Amino acid sequence: MAPTETHQFPPPKVLTYHHHQSSSSSPPPTLITQGAEGRLYKTTHLTRDRPCALKYRPPKPYRHPVLDARLTKARLASEAKVLERCRREGVSVPAVYAVDPAAGWMMMEWIEGVPVRVRINAWLGERCGEEDGEEGEEMDETPLVDLMKRVGEAVGALHRTGVVHGDLTTSNMMLRPPPPPPGQVNGREEEDNKAKVLEGEVVLIDFGLATQSMSDEDRAVDLYVLERAFASTHPRAERLFASVLASYRDAFKKASSVLVKLEDVRMRGRKRSMLG
Amino acid sequence: MALEKLELKHVPPTYHVYGALFRDVANTDFLHKQLLSRNSEFEYAFIDASSVISRLHVLSAVYSAINVLLDGTLRTPNVHSEIVVSLNTNNNIADAYRRWGITPGKTKDLIVIKVIPPPQSPAQEQDETATTQQQQQQEAIWDHLRQHVQGIPAPLTDAELAQATDWPKVRKYYRLNGVPALDRLADERERRREMESLVVMGMALRGL
Repeated sequence: MAPTETHQFPPPKVLTYHHHQSSSSSPPPTLITQGAEGRLYKTTHLTRDRPCALKYRPPKPYRHPVLDARLTKARLASEAKVLERCRREGVSVPAVYAVDPAAGWMMMEWIEGVPVRVRINAWLGERCGEEDGEEGEEMDETPLVDLMKRVGEAVGALHRTGVVHGDLTTSNMMLRPPPPPPGQVNGREEEDNKAKVLEGEVVLIDFGLATQSMSDEDRAVDLYVLERAFASTHPRAERLFASVLASYRDAFKKASSVLVKLEDVRMRGRKRSMLG
Repeated sequence: MALEKLELKHVPPTYHVYGALFRDVANTDFLHKQLLSRNSEFEYAFIDASSVISRLHVLSAVYSAINVLLDGTLRTPNVHSEIVVSLNTNNNIADAYRRWGITPGKTKDLIVIKVIPPPQSPAQEQDETATTQQQQQQEAIWDHLRQHVQGIPAPLTDAELAQATDWPKVRKYYRLNGVPALDRLADERERRREMESLVVMGMALRGL
């Protein structure tokens, strides 16, 4: 098997050490996404049975090398620290396995499941087909409302610890399926699938733009970004966003003042006015 | 032979890593002296097993040290001392030796790690003989350890390591007391797993 031929870009050096003995062969690293700042690979951490995500920030050729190295290091360090803080406080985020700031990579826990965005759209799409044009009066929205509540709780828990995410979207939230009950029967899985599509724990990911902040303003902007993203990604579920905010309100003491601030932010947009 | 060859992902296959566990070690004094005198025959990482919680915990430190070795940025004399230092969550080297290294008269159960980088002359790397060479190497290390470490060999497994763990000490070293993520977990197994995560994370963030 040719291990790295599928890479569009040369992978970071850390992913180029291969064992040739059959005893230690494992799936080659795969490129999952390519963002503006970095790439995400799926690989394994130390042993074959530990899948992990490797975030790599390649050097930027247009930047001065010294400045580039410093920025890359600072950003990786900040992301790792935010993740540690969240994890210690009990917020569901990926654990950090290893960081090499000089080489520009960080290994993190691989979160099973799919982005919340995918599941919401799958659910909406399915309902749409069933109702067939009829304005779904009978449509049971309970599972979706329930998911909205879990999203609000997750964001609330994050803000409670003094972290703002900086890029909240339903793509940056994973829906991690609950662990299979011991002794489950394989055949039964399929028939329950429809009901289970929205089940699972909401895990926040991609803290590349996260900062530590307790201010109402920063928290409100975080919510505003999510609200806007939600409206454009899931226009048909827009009105359900109220459920996100409702459960957010109960997540911590200062949440209600954040929601007041959110009104202001909605009026003026994400950026603060330079005038007074 | 109780010396295990440890296979680590993301380490060049030309690097060989071995590990063993000895229980009730009687000659920690002697072993400590060899380290202090920089006796080159004793180039091992000696880790006090009471400060360690699992195999993953050890392997993470080993990986971190090898990564630094590959990078050429060792902060201590060699890869073995770097392993001990990698177990710390801060850059205090003396502290790391005291907490995770061998302490005469105190250390009871001992984890031994040996890292062998590829030979300097590439001519030696013949595929034909590599396997037998590696086996000879492994036997030689084991013979040396068996001769000089007076303890009961045990497999380097999670079960064996768990028996040696001094939890109050580990909780202190990795600042795990009063951590909300742990206090809310009722199930002991889950809590152990989360502690392992936090320990590995603390090591990964060292010096950031």
